[in-house]
Amino acid sequence: MSSTYVRSLRAEHARSRRAFVISLLGPVTIAAGAVWAIVQPYRLTLLHPLHQGFWWLVIEPQLLVALAGVFFALVVARPLLADLAEREE
Amino acid sequence: MEPPAEMIHWLFAMLLLVLGLCLLSEAIVGREVWQARPWRKYLWPGLAFGMGIVMWPVMTFFTNSAIHMYAHGSWAEVLMLAGGAELGLVRGRLKSRWWRLTMPLAFVVTGTAFIVHEQNAWYFARSAFLHHLLGWTFLVAAVIPLGMTFRPRSMTLQSAFALTFVVLAAMLFCDRDLAPVFGHLSPLAGVPHR
Repeated sequence: MSSTYVRSLRAEHARSRRAFVISLLGPVTIAAGAVWAIVQPYRLTLLHPLHQGFWWLVIEPQLLVALAGVFFALVVARPLLADLAEREE
Repeated sequence: MEPPAEMIHWLFAMLLLVLGLCLLSEAIVGREVWQARPWRKYLWPGLAFGMGIVMWPVMTFFTNSAIHMYAHGSWAEVLMLAGGAELGLVRGRLKSRWWRLTMPLAFVVTGTAFIVHEQNAWYFARSAFLHHLLGWTFLVAAVIPLGMTFRPRSMTLQSAFALTFVVLAAMLFCDRDLAPVFGHLSPLAGVPHR
């Protein structure tokens, strides 16, 4: 194999590794919020909404973590992956 | 009807988490790919600047003493300064790399303000512990943006910078207005909500 071909193969692997990591960041963040909700369900006031005030029902830390993951996956990661793939071609 | 202070910490934690994820992505893909779309290069500096702006109403409505007001006011100022400087750099209006020193300055001011405005000892309650921990984390981590002033392309420094925000977000998400820390809760603190 020529060294140029090996170099281009390595570069391609590095790019696909980077794309894989970027595509994981959002789902991992969402999963972190979900795991937190499972581990500490008593902190998720939506599960026991009686006698809770407005803010305790609206702002839930686990959901904020998941929301950050969803925002990142849809708004940042998706177009970023497209740009990364475009560079590969 | 204002939300409890801990919820403001969680909202800022969410913004810090998004900021950290954006910085981590930039470190992974490199600056060229990150800046391939014009809106994206303004994303995290704009977020930092925006966090500085929303810190002003936090200072107005959620501070209960002069030292709290000074701390939140100084955060608002340094966040806007660091975010604004980064916006000027990515736009090309600012040329000198020394503008990047605004970020370590923001870290040092933030860390000092965290430590100074927390009047209670580490194990008084969880919020006191986290304020001390956040303050010292900011102070120690200031060496990372300081290093990035001289080596802006270093992937190690960029990743460390991004992960610092993720760690800070995790600390802020742990914050409660009134909760024990490692089994310690001062009787002077009051009764926990949940």
